[in-house]
Amino acid sequence: MTAHQKMDKPDTRNRLDDMRQGLVGKPMDRPDGPLKVSGQATYAHEWDIPDMVYGVLVRATISKGRVTDVESDRILADEAVHAVITDDRLLRRPAQGGANEAPPQGSKQVDYFGQPIALVVADTFEQARHAANILPISYETEGNAAFDPEAADTETDTPEDDQLDQGDLDQAMRDAAFTVDQVYHTPGHNSAAMEPHCAIASWEGDKLTLRGSYQMLNFNINELADALHISPDNIRMLSPYVGGGFGSKLGLSPEAVAAAIAAKDIGRPVCVALSRQQVFEATMRRSETRQHVRLACGEDGILTGLGHECLVSNLPGEEFYEPVTQATHFLYGGENRKLGIEVARLNRTCGGSVRAPGEAVGMQVLENAMDELAEAAGIDPVELRKRNIPEQHPEKDIPYSSRRFTEALDEGAKLFGWDKRNRKPGATREGDWLIGHGMAGAARINVLSEAKAKVTLLADGSAVVETDMTDIGTGTYAILTQIACDMLGLPADKVETRLGDTDFPAGPGSGGSWGASSSGSAVFLACEEIRKQLADKLGSKEADLTLADGKAGTGDKARPFAEILDGKEISAIGHIEPGKTMEDWQQATYGSYFAEVAVNAVTGETRVKRMLGVFGAGRILNEKTATSQCYGGMIWGIGSALTEELAFDNRDGHIVNHDLAEYHIPVNLDVPQIEVVLLKERDEFASPIQAKGIGELGICGAAAAVTNAIYNATAIRVRDYPATLDKLLVGLPDE
Amino acid sequence: MKSFDYARAADRADATAQAANSATFIAGGTNLLDLMKLEVMTPDRLVDINRLDLSEISATDDGGLRIGALVTNSDCAADKRIRSDYPLLSRAILAGASGQLRNKATTGGNLCQRTRCYYFYDTAMPCNKRDPGSGCQAMNGFNRIHAILGASDACIATYPGDMAVAMTALDSQIEIENSAGEIRLVPIQEFHLLPGDHPEKDNILEPGDLITAVILPPPVDGKQIYQKVRDRASYAFALCSVAAIVKMDGDTIASAALAFGGLAHKPWRDKTVEKLLVGQQPSAELFGQAADQLLEEAQGYGSNDFKIPLTRRVLISVLKEATQAGAAA
Amino acid sequence: METTELVINGKTHELRADSRVTLLDALRNHLELTGTKKGCDHGQCGACTVIVEGRRINSCLTLACMHDGDEITTIEGIGQPDNLSALQSAFVAHDGFQCGYCTPGQICSATAMIEEAKAGWPSFVSDDLEGPEELSNEEISERMSGNLCRCAAYPNIVNAIRQAAGEQS
Repeated sequence: MTAHQKMDKPDTRNRLDDMRQGLVGKPMDRPDGPLKVSGQATYAHEWDIPDMVYGVLVRATISKGRVTDVESDRILADEAVHAVITDDRLLRRPAQGGANEAPPQGSKQVDYFGQPIALVVADTFEQARHAANILPISYETEGNAAFDPEAADTETDTPEDDQLDQGDLDQAMRDAAFTVDQVYHTPGHNSAAMEPHCAIASWEGDKLTLRGSYQMLNFNINELADALHISPDNIRMLSPYVGGGFGSKLGLSPEAVAAAIAAKDIGRPVCVALSRQQVFEATMRRSETRQHVRLACGEDGILTGLGHECLVSNLPGEEFYEPVTQATHFLYGGENRKLGIEVARLNRTCGGSVRAPGEAVGMQVLENAMDELAEAAGIDPVELRKRNIPEQHPEKDIPYSSRRFTEALDEGAKLFGWDKRNRKPGATREGDWLIGHGMAGAARINVLSEAKAKVTLLADGSAVVETDMTDIGTGTYAILTQIACDMLGLPADKVETRLGDTDFPAGPGSGGSWGASSSGSAVFLACEEIRKQLADKLGSKEADLTLADGKAGTGDKARPFAEILDGKEISAIGHIEPGKTMEDWQQATYGSYFAEVAVNAVTGETRVKRMLGVFGAGRILNEKTATSQCYGGMIWGIGSALTEELAFDNRDGHIVNHDLAEYHIPVNLDVPQIEVVLLKERDEFASPIQAKGIGELGICGAAAAVTNAIYNATAIRVRDYPATLDKLLVGLPDE
Repeated sequence: MKSFDYARAADRADATAQAANSATFIAGGTNLLDLMKLEVMTPDRLVDINRLDLSEISATDDGGLRIGALVTNSDCAADKRIRSDYPLLSRAILAGASGQLRNKATTGGNLCQRTRCYYFYDTAMPCNKRDPGSGCQAMNGFNRIHAILGASDACIATYPGDMAVAMTALDSQIEIENSAGEIRLVPIQEFHLLPGDHPEKDNILEPGDLITAVILPPPVDGKQIYQKVRDRASYAFALCSVAAIVKMDGDTIASAALAFGGLAHKPWRDKTVEKLLVGQQPSAELFGQAADQLLEEAQGYGSNDFKIPLTRRVLISVLKEATQAGAAA
Repeated sequence: METTELVINGKTHELRADSRVTLLDALRNHLELTGTKKGCDHGQCGACTVIVEGRRINSCLTLACMHDGDEITTIEGIGQPDNLSALQSAFVAHDGFQCGYCTPGQICSATAMIEEAKAGWPSFVSDDLEGPEELSNEEISERMSGNLCRCAAYPNIVNAIRQAAGEQS
């Protein structure tokens, strides 16, 4: 049986509030925890496959041109080397998230420095790595490559449906009491998930099993099938544990196709893992951005004009571009608006989704500009934001779904002690340290995605949840278990959630923060169907069922499921689809950040001393895992504010700092004890479980709270991220 | 990583004999294996010296300390005598790398740590240090971590370590044994080389030379400070570091030893700066003159220009702290 | 080819492998001990941390053949799902991980780090080189900064370690 719901109208039943088991929302430990802390969870590289050999990808060392010769014979002389794969099906670029088809293939053409151009397969990893390193490659270079997004001769294009010109912003700027007109830059970022991308391919006849590290198996299987020119029916993909994704594993990446081709060619299972350097060069980067922000307001601080015009970059032919203005469209009012995105076409590593594409860098800059406007208008930054929360969508005639922005701002200000801060920039010093406080708003669009999940109530009264949905650290194992527990009245140890297997019903994949609400809704719907069938067996109505602790009914009348089921099992597939509520209501999640920083008056080094985030993201399914997601986002914000930057060499477009020694993600000492507060909220428009996404909200503006605090500490506005010490030195007090 | 023959040294004579015959020593391996994986270094033979008897810290006859070449960074920093008599050295070591790396990295190996220049690390890039004569990509490229002092037209790489910077301020000597069994002492300032026309040579070691110890002179009076500036709070290389030992005599500076990390191809020491300070009363003007002297010939290459004002500020700040009235030893 | 005897979690393994095989790859690719993770292979992330002769090290930056006869503790030797160490349990309770990939390294690192602190080792953030009286949040953070966590579970990691260290002392 399939239970289907299309989200065409709000679901106000709030059924999960009434379930007696009462696990949803609770800070339940992750069921996958014991496996993970003991090293027993099986990640992509860790399957015990007999007869397996190792493949290592070879990188292009030119930026644009053609591979004219690969001298395979030079390494094939070594009998340990099995193959040099230069097949036309090799991926030149990774697939974008949700592509559902193969990305550009054929590695003879080189589009960027570091592009995979061949795979070397040998008995051992050590042999393959060395052979790949010495494989002689000849190239024909094309001289017209572009590396600098802002160079005069770089080609750009403007995606038609992402340009808005409403009213007259220029006039609004002229008429305004206060304005901000600034250009900001954010650098490229790398997802830097701790587990490097990896795939193990093994064939039995025409059937391919690919064990890999991917976020969206429902799409990845079609991307792989298309790339290999085979039917997805002949493929099984497995990703039960994924060591972090953050966008970099949304689409299929080159190792998967290379492993599959090689395994078929040599007739043995092949394991291909990317090196950390290859993760930087050959997966996805977040585009750098140039953002021109114009804000105009009256004496009262109410926005009359809002401009957000951005330049981003990607490889020629890529449809994806960093959607920088995504939240700018709906967060604040202002009738005169000019929002636009221009895409520079560069020969650099492929641009793609990195945690919270759009808002991660767009909100960070918009919230800097709002801080500048608050300063100019002499209005408290919290108050300024509250005054500019619009009643209706400022560009479309639609209302908002549940929105806890005001509450997040007020609650954050109260908990942080915002009123106690010194408003005067550069005026608080403790020894060598300048102290400052800053805040920012948070906003991220909310998306529901089509999802299916199968739930089976087994004859023994326990249950199994199955979907190809992944858990990339987000807590999927926990929250799907909790939903099934509550809906079926089972304790946590009686529900087993199985994920990451394309033999299971297609989930939504982990990305865009839609995973929990979408796959959670699918599980919810499947469980509703099972409840109906249980009710039928009991001769009662589904709505009247009281299920808890593996029994139906209450008190002496409670009957164990095993007894009711009488040796049979009940299974159902839940199927959720997005519908009209996504178009007819502006759905988003909101929050606020407050930060205290100390900037060293001598060196310009910044330390975050305190940070608070208050978030409203609909129903919280697991307080513990949701809080951890927010920590993660906020700490990414700290990295984005202070340290993270892909450094490109503009002579050949290569990533100079392509490792974890020189691409500085925050370390433990960079991070204080962060505080996260989750507001109570039910968004009836978002999903039948009234939940929204929370995986990315924590980063969407977080960096601005830090840099606004740096301004308060030092009176220096850093508009060129990250705020490394060199950018502060010039403005610090004399030595 | 290229294939290599592996052998464990039976004793020092065996080790130096093998090294004289083109083998490369491996001790902690934390930098060597890092570079071998990338084939930046491609030795044909490795001689493992970890089980040689060079892991002791012992007192010298004149009241100093002899730190065996295989003493790990962790053991060195935690040694009671070093913590109490050479706190600068403990502080410098603890400011470097991570707990795990310090547990493996050795005293001798750390002295031989190679540069972190991004272009040196990437075999697709020309680099005079890795491939003499191929050119320097850092000079006109991204050079945030590169040298502002003592660089050459061939190379602007920096020595990345912290330990040796403190050892430089401490006037340490390096004990080296060659394959003939001869032992010599080299002042640490003479150990590392400036790049000049031969950036491929980091230091004075010749084939067969084995660092056997670092000799610290007897403890000196004065305030000891190690300040390191970096791009994140921990686990990052120095953009600039200052090791200072300053002794006051009443309100005048009796002696000063200053060494700098992150600025040059070697731990940088400029005795003219120290001379300028000695016998003077601390003042903002004096410290400014010291910084002027230190940075007189400093040159930035674009992304590392900031190191010049940064170093100036850090030096002045360290001198202020070191000469404060009541500054304890 | 080198023959090396490794005593891992109390059990002796004889490894016959290419001299190039790191201790990390020996564990993962030759000895079926995949709990130890490869995150960067260059000592820049700490995911491969194991305890050798009582000391935490990056197993990616040492050759297996250099450890003939050495006693090695990996995450598998620290505790199994049905028999977790106090620190492992604290990581679960405090949600000191998300994706779980850096976690075995964090736990091996913290297990040895607590011993380092007990031995009185100072750290970069210790005011006094005689060593800290107790493991404050800042001390834990500094001592654990060689273990990157991109999910950024750092606040929870610190809380888990503080709890486990407190229970031990």
